[in-house]
Amino acid sequence: MRIEAQGISVRLGSVDALQGVDFVAEAGEIVGLIGPNGSGKTTLLRTLANLRPSDRGRVRYEGRSAAEVGAAELSRQIAYLAQSGEAHWPMRVEALVALGRLPHRRRFQRSAAADRAAIERAMLATDIVSLRERTMTQISGGERMRVLLARALAVEAPMLLADEPVAALDPLHQLQVMDLLRKKAAAGGGVVVVLHDLALAARFCDRLVLLDGGRVLAAGDPAAVLTDDHLATAFGVEVVRGEHQGAAFVVPWAPSEKLAGFADEQATNDNNKEPRP
Amino acid sequence: MMAGEIITRLPLHERVSYGVLVTYLALLLAVLAAGSLSVGYAPLDLHQAASDVLHGESSLGALVLVELRIPRMVLGALVGFSLGVAGAAMQGLLRNPLAEPGITGVSGMAALGAVIVFYFGFAETAPLVLPLGGIAGAAVATFMLYGIAGQGAGTMTLILAGVAINSFAGALTSLALNLAPNPYAVTEIVYWLLGSLADRSLQYVYLVLPLMVIGWIMLIMTGPALDSLTLGEDTAASMGFNLPRLRMQLIAGTALCVGSAVAVTGAIAFVGLVVPHLLRPWVRQQPGKLLLVSGLGGAVLTLMADVAVRSLPIRPELKLGVVMAIIGAPFLFSLIWRLRSEA
Repeated sequence: MRIEAQGISVRLGSVDALQGVDFVAEAGEIVGLIGPNGSGKTTLLRTLANLRPSDRGRVRYEGRSAAEVGAAELSRQIAYLAQSGEAHWPMRVEALVALGRLPHRRRFQRSAAADRAAIERAMLATDIVSLRERTMTQISGGERMRVLLARALAVEAPMLLADEPVAALDPLHQLQVMDLLRKKAAAGGGVVVVLHDLALAARFCDRLVLLDGGRVLAAGDPAAVLTDDHLATAFGVEVVRGEHQGAAFVVPWAPSEKLAGFADEQATNDNNKEPRP
Repeated sequence: MMAGEIITRLPLHERVSYGVLVTYLALLLAVLAAGSLSVGYAPLDLHQAASDVLHGESSLGALVLVELRIPRMVLGALVGFSLGVAGAAMQGLLRNPLAEPGITGVSGMAALGAVIVFYFGFAETAPLVLPLGGIAGAAVATFMLYGIAGQGAGTMTLILAGVAINSFAGALTSLALNLAPNPYAVTEIVYWLLGSLADRSLQYVYLVLPLMVIGWIMLIMTGPALDSLTLGEDTAASMGFNLPRLRMQLIAGTALCVGSAVAVTGAIAFVGLVVPHLLRPWVRQQPGKLLLVSGLGGAVLTLMADVAVRSLPIRPELKLGVVMAIIGAPFLFSLIWRLRSEA
């Protein structure tokens, strides 16, 4: 599955959430969407998932529009993991993961052996087999996120669009989930993942797209995207760089000099203010 | 630890499968239906009356059975099923355990339709004018809802539109009571609004049965989509469900069920709120599976209450809506208490 967006713009109320964004995700690669809060990552992911239309530009799925592919087929081709982590009713973990098979079943058709196998694979991959009998209120926030990821994996769609899948996870499960996405890509699947962790983005993604103010600031190889200039411009931070076992990593370290200077000036001004009578 | 030990440790509602639950509820409904036919003011040999009906003999027992007991029992089951399934559907759509079928404004407008029939004195002109007025009110509410909320309306817009329609219907109902030509008319309207299954004929059944069955099918068909809505609207849409169409289907199905129910019985509250809430743990919180089960549970509760109404030594007979409110209010208190203790 190849998703290609050309010049898409989205306006949310009075805010230009996306402005002329070009984007491509191919089978066999992980594309990381990074950028500061409010830069348009979730809006881009929702537009790619056909959950909201773009005001300008177009999105193509293997060269076809969403209407040409059809909603039912698209739901089998693209699995979407929302950022919110919603689960309104405290359903059992296994039943919730099983919802991932709905796109493959006709109305009121009972789950087939293939469905049950896909559910088991997804639960094994996300390390939630031991939680299957628990309800969503009986597990932690990180476990909930893994359950929801398992639901998305159970679709076994060629393309996975995941919005901050590791945000609530401990380091071990962050690494496990990213490794899982890596394996999905290695097996020929496509993954687009929204990340805030630059170290994970640098290590696990084949390509990165850095958004800032609804525009693409940089796109390409992680080394080419995670430059000091780009990170200072988009996030306002300086980073520490290193290398371990041949892989480069970056760790946000301090506000960039410009911002730090601004903060110091503010603090000085505050201290110099005369006390009110 | 043996598997058997684990199973016996689970609470009862987690040990009962969906199929067994449906079977038990259906059996309970059948028992209550028989009980509903047996209970009444006129002494009746049910076996003899049924035999007379089957052999075409026009005895007093056969008349009581066909003209009074059967319509009351069938309508009780139909109304209860409709309110139960519509309540489960609305709670699934809005993902809120405190939602009830009247939230769309349909029941308020159906009641207003019937009140208008009373107000202008049409109720006595023909037997079906009253329920037809109720159905017309429900239809107007549905069109208003579509009109106000529009085709692509979100859930919040639908709720607000329902609140507005309910307020409008309530205001006009109060106006009708305020301007009623005589105290008798006021009493008639108020008594009808309290809700009852008494003195309804088989014609009422023939009138509402097709509408209700269409409504049930429309609602029960939404089961998988309601399951997916557990994960939020974005995830449900990503699974291929057309949410605007789903909302419209649920609104139309609820309007058919609730509008028809209110048109023949008056306002019977709490069934659509209490029953889905009570049965949700028995279907392991799955909104799709709750639909049929809530329908059966609603029919059971309504027949139970109606049998109680006729069995209690209180005259004049308590209205069914009153008994439901007496059952429902303590339930709500217990719910609030439980939510407080869980917080």
